[in-house]
Amino acid sequence: MNSIHDMGGMHGLGAVRAEPNEPPFHEKWEGRAGGIVEVMTFPENFPGDRFRYLRETLRPDLYLTQSYYEQWLYVAEQILLEAGMISAEELRDGRAGPSAAKRNDAMRADAVWGFLHDRAHTGRKLAEGPRFAIGQRVRARNMQPDGHTRLPRYARGKTGIVTRHHGGHVLPDAHAHWQGPAPQHLYTVRFTARELWGEAANPRDRVNLDLWESYLEPA
Amino acid sequence: MSQHDHAHEDSAAIAHHHDIHSELPSDPALRVKALESLLTEKGLVDPATVDAWVETYESRIGPRNGAKVVAKAWVDPDYKRRLLSDATKAIGELDMLGNQGQHMVALENTPEIHNLVVCTLCSCYPLPVLGLPPVWYKSAPYRSRAVLDPRGVLKEFGLELQEHVKIRVWDSTAEVRYLVVPERPAGTEKLSEEQLAALVTRDSMIGVAKVKA
Repeated sequence: MNSIHDMGGMHGLGAVRAEPNEPPFHEKWEGRAGGIVEVMTFPENFPGDRFRYLRETLRPDLYLTQSYYEQWLYVAEQILLEAGMISAEELRDGRAGPSAAKRNDAMRADAVWGFLHDRAHTGRKLAEGPRFAIGQRVRARNMQPDGHTRLPRYARGKTGIVTRHHGGHVLPDAHAHWQGPAPQHLYTVRFTARELWGEAANPRDRVNLDLWESYLEPA
Repeated sequence: MSQHDHAHEDSAAIAHHHDIHSELPSDPALRVKALESLLTEKGLVDPATVDAWVETYESRIGPRNGAKVVAKAWVDPDYKRRLLSDATKAIGELDMLGNQGQHMVALENTPEIHNLVVCTLCSCYPLPVLGLPPVWYKSAPYRSRAVLDPRGVLKEFGLELQEHVKIRVWDSTAEVRYLVVPERPAGTEKLSEEQLAALVTRDSMIGVAKVKA
């Protein structure tokens, strides 16, 4: 979707401000929020790409003003609401409704290390070989899907060269909308800074993007 | 239903929930507290597990892991070769945190080539080797300009690259995560692998700084 999250190439968002010796969490609630979102019980077969998609659906004004972990909270609430695992009333009240059943399968503390070790792989074996070869010139399609995609606006319609092939990977565009993994070949495509940004860009600079096969056409 | 129609219906359903989110406390600390107690009551979260997750990222998974990879690559040319050809496997050799389901690619900085990693669309980051990303990495200023004006962004970090240096920006997505192997600074020939690791900063492994001796 063409929303505020797709900000590569924008001006006006200010200078980068790095904090020396930044801690992992600035306040206690950030760690709680991060932890809840990672270790809570998810809906069955929840596609990881939907997590990213849901963050993109945050209202643009809130996307720019809320902190990262506040945005995670929004995503967690949204995941649980749309799966019917919590109700709007429960969320408002901060307590379970009278008829709510209590589950007993929450992740245990001693399972965290293994959980972080064994996150699901997105790699998939594909029967068909790759359509594009390393070294081939390709153009990123001009497409404007209103759902999730990993093709940023700044690369659409631009021509680059395939430099790596990563095998088959789950397609975020389908997976984020519960349409199954629909795996495709994934490539790294190298664009010159001039192709992306015009003559004023440094002629030596390049930008590399990982792009799925359906994002590309021969150039 | 086509993918387009499906996504359209999806976004309409999500917009329907926006009112609910806007009724929640604006103080995130209160909002988290309410959510945690609700989920605990429903058996969807065990607070002790949240503690364990926080503890893991505060003390066990962080840029010290990546620094060990870099220092080993500096002192062991065979390891460096393996790291640059298959980073997922080479990092796995060190038995830190497995690969977290992420394909890793290592990028070598040289006097001629400077690599810089960003995720313009969200916050993809090599978690197993660097831990959780810093705020600036997830911020709009960095995400918007690292691809458009990498030299300007690097200046904001105090790093001015010479005109002849080629910049390679990697706008990463979830499936492949990038680790920059910074240049080993001059004058470190006598240091041990452990001493070298202590010099390697998180920022140098994202590509916004050089390692100083």
